[in-house]
Amino acid sequence: MAEVSLRKIVKAYEGDVQAVKGIDLEIADHEFVVLVGPSGCGKSTTLRMIAGLEEITSGDIAIGGTVVNDIPPRDRDIAMVFQNYALYPHMSVYDNMAFGLTLRKFPKAEIDKRVTEAARILDITPLLARKPKALSGGQRQRVAMGRAIVRDPKVFLFDEPLSNLDAKLRVQMRTEIKKVHQTVNTTTIYVTHDQVEAMTLADRVVVMNHGIIEQVGPPQELYHHPATRFVAGFIGSPAMNFIPAKLEEASGALRVVLSNGTTLDVPEARTARYRAHAGKPVLFGIRPEHLTDDKPTDKTNPAPMILTPEVIEPMGMETLAHFKLDGAEISARLDPATPASVGQPLRLIAHMDQMHLIDPSNDKVL
Amino acid sequence: MSATTVPVRQGIYHKAGSLRRERRWALITAYISLIVAAIIMLAPPVYMLLTSLKTSAEVADQSGSPWWVRDPTLENYSALLTNRMFIDFFLNSAKVTILVVAITMVISVLAAFALGRMRFWGSQMLATGVFLTYLVPDTLLFIPLYQIVGGLGLLDSAWGLVLVYPTLTVPFCTWIMIGYFASIPKELDEAALIDGANWMQMLWKIFIPVALPGIIAATIFAFTVSWAAFVYPTAFITTPSEMPMTIGVVSQLIRGDTFAWGQLMAGALLAALPPVVIYAFLMDYYIAGLTAGATKG
Repeated sequence: MAEVSLRKIVKAYEGDVQAVKGIDLEIADHEFVVLVGPSGCGKSTTLRMIAGLEEITSGDIAIGGTVVNDIPPRDRDIAMVFQNYALYPHMSVYDNMAFGLTLRKFPKAEIDKRVTEAARILDITPLLARKPKALSGGQRQRVAMGRAIVRDPKVFLFDEPLSNLDAKLRVQMRTEIKKVHQTVNTTTIYVTHDQVEAMTLADRVVVMNHGIIEQVGPPQELYHHPATRFVAGFIGSPAMNFIPAKLEEASGALRVVLSNGTTLDVPEARTARYRAHAGKPVLFGIRPEHLTDDKPTDKTNPAPMILTPEVIEPMGMETLAHFKLDGAEISARLDPATPASVGQPLRLIAHMDQMHLIDPSNDKVL
Repeated sequence: MSATTVPVRQGIYHKAGSLRRERRWALITAYISLIVAAIIMLAPPVYMLLTSLKTSAEVADQSGSPWWVRDPTLENYSALLTNRMFIDFFLNSAKVTILVVAITMVISVLAAFALGRMRFWGSQMLATGVFLTYLVPDTLLFIPLYQIVGGLGLLDSAWGLVLVYPTLTVPFCTWIMIGYFASIPKELDEAALIDGANWMQMLWKIFIPVALPGIIAATIFAFTVSWAAFVYPTAFITTPSEMPMTIGVVSQLIRGDTFAWGQLMAGALLAALPPVVIYAFLMDYYIAGLTAGATKG
């Protein structure tokens, strides 16, 4: 077990393309950190540099206090789970899991003990004699995890381990991974492009974009207090609505005037925070779950808006409605009982205590 | 007046009638072509077999159908198998082939692993270069090679062949193996690296077992090339005791314009036996090796 630190890590490819542009990150012992971001954001490259599969252009990576820049992967005491499982096709499940220990010349009894224990944790004991070909996707991924667990490494690295699984299995394996982490408690770095995976698994989420870290924090913090427009839009599904607006001040109170003329009052608790931006253009951000149908029960700083749905998506537990507001795509989460139909104007409530204002000049959340 | 015309709805137009009839025609055509191809391919070996079972007198007798053996005999076979010289040809072929296959596989597996898997400066160019050497035909190379083999004092010796054949087999086998190794996912070596393997362990414990069909395909190729080589031994070997099967049979059973047809055919059939046996046992692997990547799930 160990902490991992990245200091000013840069990865540049030929032709001066920088995949990772000098990131700093401290990962504590036992922590589960998820690197999340769109494809090409540098998250996988970062993970592969920690694994030692990619060379670092500049900066330092330390695992357990030792700088590992020039240490080959096999001596970094890490274990990695790959997206396509990367099981050795000619070996049985048992041999796949034992391979790393065999190479390290562990005694047979110890190997057997560890493999048996890992198989028990992962519930794959009946599969030990099978070849990977005879396993389902979920079972293969368990074996890949087993191969990592038996090594009892300092750090687990996961590279999009669930992306090859179907939706149902993905949810199931997600829980499984969390359970395993709670059992073995090894420092874990997990890469995914799926923000739901990031939110559900992580102690801390690292949101990356264009080779830099946009924000690091616990899932709830990223959700409630995104630092940038990118994080605000990336975390949460469906994504946050962004509406061009202007912040106006009238007799001490602030209000947001949307591009279509709708006026929304800023709650008093936020006025001090936003006052400096009064009179300037802003981007009004509100999550679909905070833009709901007008029900008398929830009245926390409600601000009514009238919008006409273009598409209605009933999901069972809720209904998603999509609107267009001056060119901006807006979505709202409605009570499934609400009688909404396309083309019929709908009275919505914006929960202003959950609003966000973004400075369009630098995309920072105010 | 409308500018657009409403299209007239039609039933699905189908020229050939029923699917079943189409399928039957496809099968009939396939069988006819296959039968024709099989006749063309099999006629020479069958003719060889028939001739090898005839006496010299019957071969020389022009009356009657040559596709019929009137008086079958095994005397050609027994004459060859009791002939010390013929046994030597066979042993020479076996010795040369086994050594060439071994040398080829060691070199080409190592070379393919390095060229295909370890990224280093110029690896791409080297891989292309290896393949280009295969494109130079042996009929062009035997003259300069004669000089080289002569310079080494290996003319008229089976050892010279052991040295020369790999120039034919190594490039192609390396190429097959590069292709096969390329079909093994990159994550597999990365997993092995992280699991603690060094390059040799990775090759030995992961790549060779996984690429076994490719290795078998390459082995069969090397075997076939060195077993059937004709140009090089013709050029380099003149002493019968050093001759492999291919030229031994031809040079010793044709005396001037006297052809011992029966023995020639028997010898050729016996010479063809080892490759046939090997192909029969390893055919599935051979096909899997040549079509690597196409069916990997």
